[in-house]
Amino acid sequence: MIEFLQQLLNGLSLGAIYALIALGYTMVYGVLRFINFAHSDVFMVGAFVGYYLGRLVPEGTVWGALVVLAGSMAACAVLGMTIERLAYRPLRGSPTLNVLITAIGVSLLLEYSGQVFFGAAPRNFPPVIPSARISLGGLVLSSNQLIVIFGTCGLMWALRLVVLRTRIGMAMRAVSLNPQAARLVGVNNDVIISFTFGLGSALAGAGGVLYAINYPSIDPLMGVMPGLKAFVCAVLGGIGNIPGAALGGLILGTTETFVGGSSWSTYKDAIAFAVLIVILLVRPGGLLGRPSIEKV
Amino acid sequence: MSALFRFPLLLLLLGFACLELHSQTAIKIGEFASLTGKEAAFGQSSHKGTVLAIETINAAGGVLGRPIELLTEDNQSKPGESTTAVRKLISRDRIVALLGEVASSRSLEAAPIAQGAHIPMVSPSSTNPKVTQIGPYIFRVCFIDPFQGAVLAKFALDTLHARRVGVLSSVSSAYSVGLAKYFRAPYSAAGGTIAIEQKYSEGDKDFKAQLTAIRAADVDAIFVPGYYTEAALIAKQARELGLTVPLFGGDGWEAPELLEIGGTAVDGCYYSTHYSPENPAPVVQRFVKAFQARWGGETPDAMAALGYDSALVLADAIKRAGSTDGARIRDALAATQEFAGVTGTTRMDADRNATKAAVIVEIKDGRFRFLKAVAP
Repeated sequence: MIEFLQQLLNGLSLGAIYALIALGYTMVYGVLRFINFAHSDVFMVGAFVGYYLGRLVPEGTVWGALVVLAGSMAACAVLGMTIERLAYRPLRGSPTLNVLITAIGVSLLLEYSGQVFFGAAPRNFPPVIPSARISLGGLVLSSNQLIVIFGTCGLMWALRLVVLRTRIGMAMRAVSLNPQAARLVGVNNDVIISFTFGLGSALAGAGGVLYAINYPSIDPLMGVMPGLKAFVCAVLGGIGNIPGAALGGLILGTTETFVGGSSWSTYKDAIAFAVLIVILLVRPGGLLGRPSIEKV
Repeated sequence: MSALFRFPLLLLLLGFACLELHSQTAIKIGEFASLTGKEAAFGQSSHKGTVLAIETINAAGGVLGRPIELLTEDNQSKPGESTTAVRKLISRDRIVALLGEVASSRSLEAAPIAQGAHIPMVSPSSTNPKVTQIGPYIFRVCFIDPFQGAVLAKFALDTLHARRVGVLSSVSSAYSVGLAKYFRAPYSAAGGTIAIEQKYSEGDKDFKAQLTAIRAADVDAIFVPGYYTEAALIAKQARELGLTVPLFGGDGWEAPELLEIGGTAVDGCYYSTHYSPENPAPVVQRFVKAFQARWGGETPDAMAALGYDSALVLADAIKRAGSTDGARIRDALAATQEFAGVTGTTRMDADRNATKAAVIVEIKDGRFRFLKAVAP
């Protein structure tokens, strides 16, 4: 029983990180109907910005940790908006496939220029938040796991507020529903899309820092695997749907953990992805996604 | 063509002739190494050791009265690149012998090319047995994984008194899969029980699921065959889960990054390797001083020591062969007996593998400490 609860907890904290990255994919898809593959590399840049800031601030202070988190989110927001302005905006209105290939190009550019600037060897992320062990009976959890779970919930709640309760959130939903009509009623689409990218990239930056606090070995290719899995979570929950990303992260994180802790650990990724295929066969739009109807 | 034109052309030709003459006097040895990329820490160390050895040989007058010229190519730790690099070294640069690589999978890429061209190849630190099985021109100056597995099995039982161990190995890395296999048989034969075996995939950073299962199996120690990046994170997460038993591994742990990333979590862990800079033997201490003087105070690790020894063993063979002919260097390499290097005495066996002692290193107070040497 203790082992089951422990694995559930491990799965929850892994899933929370996937969910946080998945939010960025889902938001950009929701507004622009396109998958920003460079998202996982913005996540990597976030971790590296955190690495450099973390060496400047004193270790183990609350304000130091907040400065690292905020600085990394701000840097990633700027990076995301720059990528949108330079790489995606000139392609607006062209077929989705072109933008998709550009996104893959931007992703490779970030990965390999990361190897030039940061070096390919893995680095040790500074302990900006000291980790404490909390035991409840036989159940052990680290304070960092709690920070990740609550951090993700907090950011998700804030995101929901922005999208549903603010004017700019309303404009985002309008652009998502119908870009032409949105422009007719006075929404500046360029500003809204730029804002969407900034917001999504800031979440990726936060994800990078939280990930690096939990797994303190960072390298320029660190975003590839979590990025792929987060993308899977976004699709699993129904891409474009914010609670869906959280649900997807939860399902993938716990499945992976339970299989990884069994005697089937060799097939961990295979089984996790098989679950995805089965769910998509039953519900092609994802768990919380609405089935889209194409007019012929 | 006027005489005015002919004169500079002649000079140019003369210049080329001089260059040609100069390069004939030097003995060309090729090296392919992972100087950048994922295993760059290993490649750089090994390369620095090799460079130091060549410089030492040249300062003492070279081999056969000629200096040695080292030509280095970087394979970026990527599959496929070693093939290109080695082809270039052999066909364009006309090397007489080849040194490389740390990682077994990349040595396995280059070995068939060297074998086909009849260029003797000496790998400093590839421990997978398959490497030298490619052909009679392929040698290595380190021990192989079956020996390392047996040493670790004996160490776990006799020194750690671990009757039950958990094994956490990679699904796909040739090194990790091989070492886990060569540990299993001698450990079980000597009366130990492998309580649980768990796997992770390359690039994984979360090992809590596997470690939770290992914790439930109630083991005395955890065997982690793998490279330093994973080992450090595994140790950290094991301690977070409240696992206090020692972890131990093979020579893939040997890198300063293990201490940087692992921090206090790797304290009280052990690994087997080829050499320790704390070994009081005079030959080791002389090497450590020379290395620190050459590379800005850096302390040489096992990869550096093996890189150094590989070049010395090769130079010694060229000296005994009395020629730079590939077949004769090969025969001299195969006849290497009792060569005293910094990683112990090298003797080539019938399968062109070195038989030499292993060293067990203990991690204590954030430092690598020499625990003991285990003879073959």
